[in-house]
Amino acid sequence: MRNPPSESASSNGLAFLIKNRLHSTLSEIGEACRLLAETIFQIFRPPWQFDLLMKQLLFIGFNSLSVVLVSGFFTGMVLGVQGYVQLKPYAVEGSVAQFVSVSVVKELGPMITAFVLSGRIGASITAELSTMKVTEQIDALEVMGTNPVKYLVVPRFLACSIMLPTLTIFSTFAGIFGGYVAVVSLFGFNGYFYVLEVQKNLYVGSVLISLIKATSFGMAIAAVGCYKGFSISTAGGAEGVGTATTGSAVISLITILVLDFVLNHILFNILGLI
Amino acid sequence: MISIKNVRKAFDTKKVINGLDLEIPRGETLVIMGRSGCGKSVLLKIIAGLLSVDTGEVWINGTEITKLKKKPLNQIRRKIGMLFQSAALFDSMTVAENIAFMLDQHTDLSQQEMRKIVDEKLKLVDLHGVQELRPAQLSGGMRKRVGLARALAFNPEIILYDEPTTGLDPVTCTEINELIRDLNQQLEVTSVVVTHDMHSAFSVGTLMVMLHEGKQLAYGTPEAMINEDNPVLQQFILFGAPDQILNIDNPTLKKFTGRKPQ
Repeated sequence: MRNPPSESASSNGLAFLIKNRLHSTLSEIGEACRLLAETIFQIFRPPWQFDLLMKQLLFIGFNSLSVVLVSGFFTGMVLGVQGYVQLKPYAVEGSVAQFVSVSVVKELGPMITAFVLSGRIGASITAELSTMKVTEQIDALEVMGTNPVKYLVVPRFLACSIMLPTLTIFSTFAGIFGGYVAVVSLFGFNGYFYVLEVQKNLYVGSVLISLIKATSFGMAIAAVGCYKGFSISTAGGAEGVGTATTGSAVISLITILVLDFVLNHILFNILGLI
Repeated sequence: MISIKNVRKAFDTKKVINGLDLEIPRGETLVIMGRSGCGKSVLLKIIAGLLSVDTGEVWINGTEITKLKKKPLNQIRRKIGMLFQSAALFDSMTVAENIAFMLDQHTDLSQQEMRKIVDEKLKLVDLHGVQELRPAQLSGGMRKRVGLARALAFNPEIILYDEPTTGLDPVTCTEINELIRDLNQQLEVTSVVVTHDMHSAFSVGTLMVMLHEGKQLAYGTPEAMINEDNPVLQQFILFGAPDQILNIDNPTLKKFTGRKPQ
């Protein structure tokens, strides 16, 4: 008859499990940082393939524009409705324009754009690269003397870093316009006053914060997407591609949230920007 | 031409290649045989510089490649063409773009010159009119041919074949074997073929090596391999080969058939 496992044996097993999990997480972070460092190094090394960059800019930027505009517009509308309803009891509903513009410019514009792109672009980058990995296309690139990081990662990383702030500008305007449509059409708010209030509260510093955040989110989405695509094993097959793609979307979202907190702390608390 | 000295490679605790020594002279076609998981494809990837070794040396044309940095390694790789098991064609490109990829990346040739080379290489692998097709529109055999044409695009001195006939029907297998043999004779390249298809091995090989438990079990010409008195090798060759292969009109195989156990 078997003896039941002792308490110390099960706690040893748990400690072993935690140690293994921690080890694999840390080594994954290390590998991702190594890929990021090589990507940044390769950006500055010739030859520069602008055709690959243009293709990615078009794919990431132009193809995502409509979904970013729609997301931004409705986020602004929600903010407009919520802002007006919440501020009215205190008789400060006139501040709704300020509420919408500050929220959208400093926080929700870059955030919504990053969320949309992490699902749309980050997952697509991982799916594409991991499929290339399991079908040995990345090995083929290497055998043909082409650096896969330079050929595949650099254009995607640059395109995400450029297009995220660009799309954020569009989503921010869409958000402010959404707020305008909501409060003017639903609550009869004075449109001219709304525009004046937005102009009054739109500072260069706020726009800068928005662009810094968006660029950082873009880099994070590309880095996570590419790392998850490259880290799959050749034997992973279709299941591995699926797991990597889901993992990429989840990790991107978490990275964006953590990065947003860190940037808010640095930009507002430490640097004192408004 | 290619010299492998005391190479060891392990994945975690699993030793895949365990102190392997191998010589591949210029102009020969070496077939690497062995059971699944014995390290054949790993060895091919080590020769191509896709995998690093734990210990040992790999010499290609007098250069030790295991300690080379990426740039000089890429220079060596330009002399190597590789046909992957799945052909590994780039899905997002046409056949012509796939074949011209290396030329586009590493030369200043004009579009017209590249097109001419693409047509020439496609003719070598007996394909016509497929330049603008995508890999998804090709059959398995055609994909292998395009993969081979791409491997030949930069006029390599060494061609590596990773299971070139796997997943193909018998007729296409025979065509691919003939193609490999003809190309090796025409282009006078050094070839390394990884396969466990005995028909393919005896059709294309001028030299053979049998790997077993990460080491070289037997090495020599096809005739020498058949006469090698090693039960593991004989079992692999005899039971791995279907009857029709053993009965084909080949003096080596006739001799070999005579030893088939009842």
